Amino acid sequence: MQETSRLNAGEVRLRSLFLRGLAGDEPAYHAFLRDLSAHLRAFLRKRLVQLPDEVEDLVQEALLAVHNQRHTYDAGQPLTAWVQAIAKYKLIDLLRRRAQRELLNDPLDDEFDFAAAAHTEAADARRDLTKLLARLPERQRLPIVHMKLEGLSVTEAAKLTGMSESAVKVGVHRGLKALAAMLRDEA
Amino acid sequence: MRTDDLVTMLATGAGAVAPNQALRRHVAALAWGVLGAALLMAALLGPRHDLLQALLLPMFWIKLAFAACVAAASLAAALRLSRPGQRLAWVPGVLGAPVLALWLLAALVLARADAAQRAILFFGDTWDVCPFLIALLSVPGFVAAMRAMQGLAPTRLRMAGAAAGLLAGAVATLVYSLHCPEMAAPFIGFWYPLGMLIPTAAGALLGPRLLRW
Repeated sequence: MQETSRLNAGEVRLRSLFLRGLAGDEPAYHAFLRDLSAHLRAFLRKRLVQLPDEVEDLVQEALLAVHNQRHTYDAGQPLTAWVQAIAKYKLIDLLRRRAQRELLNDPLDDEFDFAAAAHTEAADARRDLTKLLARLPERQRLPIVHMKLEGLSVTEAAKLTGMSESAVKVGVHRGLKALAAMLRDEA
Repeated sequence: MRTDDLVTMLATGAGAVAPNQALRRHVAALAWGVLGAALLMAALLGPRHDLLQALLLPMFWIKLAFAACVAAASLAAALRLSRPGQRLAWVPGVLGAPVLALWLLAALVLARADAAQRAILFFGDTWDVCPFLIALLSVPGFVAAMRAMQGLAPTRLRMAGAAAGLLAGAVATLVYSLHCPEMAAPFIGFWYPLGMLIPTAAGALLGPRLLRW
């Protein structure tokens, strides 16, 4: 009983932050993603007990997926169901990739890793998104660097890069999708 | 990059997101599908010669209504399958209803016909081209529906591909029925769904490869 009401309170809070974020409220969206990353970490850690090293990479992959697919949320559905379906999709994708790889590789070294399972803090992700970012083509990388990392406006980023404003927006959008594809294909 | 930094990066300049995008993209794809099928039909087949007289016949409207119902139900399926965490719920029932209704009508027609007439009611004059022409007309809608699906977030890729294919097939059937001279329920009840199943199968086959994200 208490458990359900706690879950509902979490759902209500996250959902209201997310809806405000979708309407353009950046601080609310930031708070949503921050809370969500903790939820995702708990959710995935429980399901990746055997693979603790993969958790933080998958948290990042799921966060990027939630961000890239945020236009598919239907305000009529529970946010938890939407988020969990995304996390599960990414989890299954990871397990399938690993299963395919382990047909070729010796899986033994995973068994020496169990000591790493206990901590609750965010571990370091093993893949560095900054390095992946550097491999994007200029027309995607520069808009992301200026708008998403340096926090410039579309107009400023357009002026700085000599691109049109719509090209800057498209560059951010496609760049983040390309980043998600890199995470997926190189895990 | 630490996860907190990623969170900050994603939130920075995120901006507002337009609502109802899944619906909008699928409806736009459907419009492209209708347009593409209509152009193909006009260029390759042409409407039936007696189209104006056919407008007065109930069976003509039953054909259109059948295709329209399947299109509407597969649109609902495609919408649900393109959003993570949504169930199909009542959609399979709504999808099956027009097919069952048409089969019921076909059974009635066959039962009341002479034994000699039954083969004609079932095969008509065009059974050997009908499914393939429907599949041909579905190509533009198929491309549009798959592209719409790619821009969304299906988690059951085979089902999502199949729903996109079925939507394209139903739209193609709607347009094809303006050309098709067949008017017997047994014909419509078998060869039309068969035609729709070709793009559906193609979607189910290609879904896992094309729709990953």
